Amino acid sequence: MDDFIIRAMLAGIGLALVSGPLGCFVVWRRMAYFGDTMSHSALLGVALAFLLNINLMLGVLAVTVTVSIFLLILQKRGSLSTDALLGLLSHSALALGMVLIAFMSDLRFDLLSLLFGDILAVGNEDVIAIYACAAVILGLMYFLWRPLLASTVNRELAEAEGFNPDLTQLIFMVMMAAIIAIAMKIVGVLLITALLIIPAATARWFAKTPEQMAVASAIIGIASVILGLEGSLQFDSASGPSIVVASLCIFLLSLFASRLINGVLAKDKGQ
Amino acid sequence: MQLIEMDGVGIKRQGRWLIQNVSLNVKSGEIVTLIGPNGAGKSTTAKTALGVLKADVGTIKRKPDLTVGYVPQKLAIDWTMPLTVRRLMSLTAKPTAAEIEAVLEKTGIPHLINSNVQQLSGGEYQRALLARAILRRPDLLVLDEPVQGVDYSGEIALYNLILKIREELNCGILLISHDLHVVMAQTDTVVCLNGHVCCSGAPEHVAASDAYRQMFGDVASQSLAIYNHHHDHSHKADGTIVPSKGDTGDCCNHG
Repeated sequence: MDDFIIRAMLAGIGLALVSGPLGCFVVWRRMAYFGDTMSHSALLGVALAFLLNINLMLGVLAVTVTVSIFLLILQKRGSLSTDALLGLLSHSALALGMVLIAFMSDLRFDLLSLLFGDILAVGNEDVIAIYACAAVILGLMYFLWRPLLASTVNRELAEAEGFNPDLTQLIFMVMMAAIIAIAMKIVGVLLITALLIIPAATARWFAKTPEQMAVASAIIGIASVILGLEGSLQFDSASGPSIVVASLCIFLLSLFASRLINGVLAKDKGQ
Repeated sequence: MQLIEMDGVGIKRQGRWLIQNVSLNVKSGEIVTLIGPNGAGKSTTAKTALGVLKADVGTIKRKPDLTVGYVPQKLAIDWTMPLTVRRLMSLTAKPTAAEIEAVLEKTGIPHLINSNVQQLSGGEYQRALLARAILRRPDLLVLDEPVQGVDYSGEIALYNLILKIREELNCGILLISHDLHVVMAQTDTVVCLNGHVCCSGAPEHVAASDAYRQMFGDVASQSLAIYNHHHDHSHKADGTIVPSKGDTGDCCNHG
C-alpha cells in the first residue's frame, strides 16, 4: 500500500474511535443539527486561518467553539427558537467563510476537498494531530462518563445529585469542536455529522447499555472508514461521501439483520 | 439535624413570581409534604431546595456534603439510549451488584433487572426511579409525585416503603403528593402551597385550615378536622391574595 493510503486509514480510524462514542451523545441529546451548525462554521475557520496565517485546525477550533458559545448565550436569552438560531448561525458562518475566501484572490484553494474531504490531503502531521486529539477526547470521556451520561438522561437530576451539567455541556461542546477540526480533511465539513450519527444509530440496534452502544458505534465507524476509503480509491470518489455511503450500507444491512434476529426471537417466544 | 432551611425564598421568571416568600425546613427522619393545586409551585419549590433553580430572594441553607436522592416529576428517557434497569441504578452512584439486587427486591421489581426502562409500565418505572434514588443512601430524599401511574394497592405499598426507608436510612423526605389521605396520615409536616406558603404545620392543623378547605373542598378536610381556625385572606382563581376582614389566623399572616 502507498504511504498516503496508510496515512488516510490511520487518520480515519483515529477519527472513528472518537466519533463513535461522541456520536452517541449527539444522538441521545438530539443535537444532530447542532453538529451541522458547528461543522458548517468550520469553513469560516478555514478562511480565517488562511487570512491570519495560522494552523488550519486551530482556526477551525476557535471558530466552532465561538459559534457554540454564541449559541448558548442566544439560547439563554430565549428570543428565537433553537432551530432558527442554529440555521442563522450555521449559514451565516458558512456564507461569511465563502465571502472571505473570495476576497483572498491570490489563494489557490481546493474548496471541494474541504467540503467533501480528500485522502490525499492527509499529511503526517495531520495523523499525529488526530491521534493526540483523540487521546485527549477519549481520556476526557472516560473520566467524565458518569456526569456526561447522567446530565444527558436528566439535567436536573444530575445537578441535584451533585454533578455540574453546565460544565459538562461546555466540555462536550469543546470536544465536538475538536472532532470537527480533525475530521475536516477526511470527511469534509458538509458530512461530519453523518459520521457522528450513522454509526451511533446503527449501534443502537445491538446495544443493551450506553457503554455497549458507544463501543459498537466506534467499531462500526472504523469499518465504515476502511470500506469507504477503499471504495474512494477504487472509484476515484471523494473520501467523505465514500465513507458516509459505506456507513449507510452498514446501517441498512444491520437494520435488515436486526429485523431478522428480532423476528426469530419473537417466534421463539411465541412457541 | 436540619438538612435544608429555606427562608423567604422567591423565584421570579419573566416578570412573574413562580413562588414567593416560601419558608420550610426538613430535618433528618422527617417527612415534609408539599400539597397545592397545579401551578402552585410545588416542583419549583423542590427544585429550589435542591439548588437546581437559583432563588432570586431569600436564603437557603443546606447541610454541608448533603447526599440527595431525587425522583423528578418527569423523567423521560429517550428511546435512542439503551438503558436497562440494572444500568439505571448506577446512573449517578456506584452500587455493587448485591446492592442493586437488594434495592430492586425492596421495591418489588427484582424480575425486571434486565428489562429496558423504556418498556416498563408507569408503575414499574416509578418503582425503578425510587429504587435508584434510595440506592444512593441519601440524607435527603426528594420525591416529586412518586406514585404517579401506580395502581391503588401499589400506591399503599410504595408509601409504606417510603416510611420504611425513612426508618432505615433516617433520611429527611421532601414529598410532593396529591394523595391527601396518605399525606394526612403519614406525614410529619404539611406545607400547603399556592405561590406562597398558605399554611404549614402538623397535618391535623393544616387539614382544619380554610386555605386547605378552599383548595381541596370540604370533603377532604372533614376527615381530619381537629382544630378550627380562620385565615386572614382567601385566594382568587389565579392565586392572588384577597384579605378577609376581621379574621386572624394562627396559620399565616401576610404583611
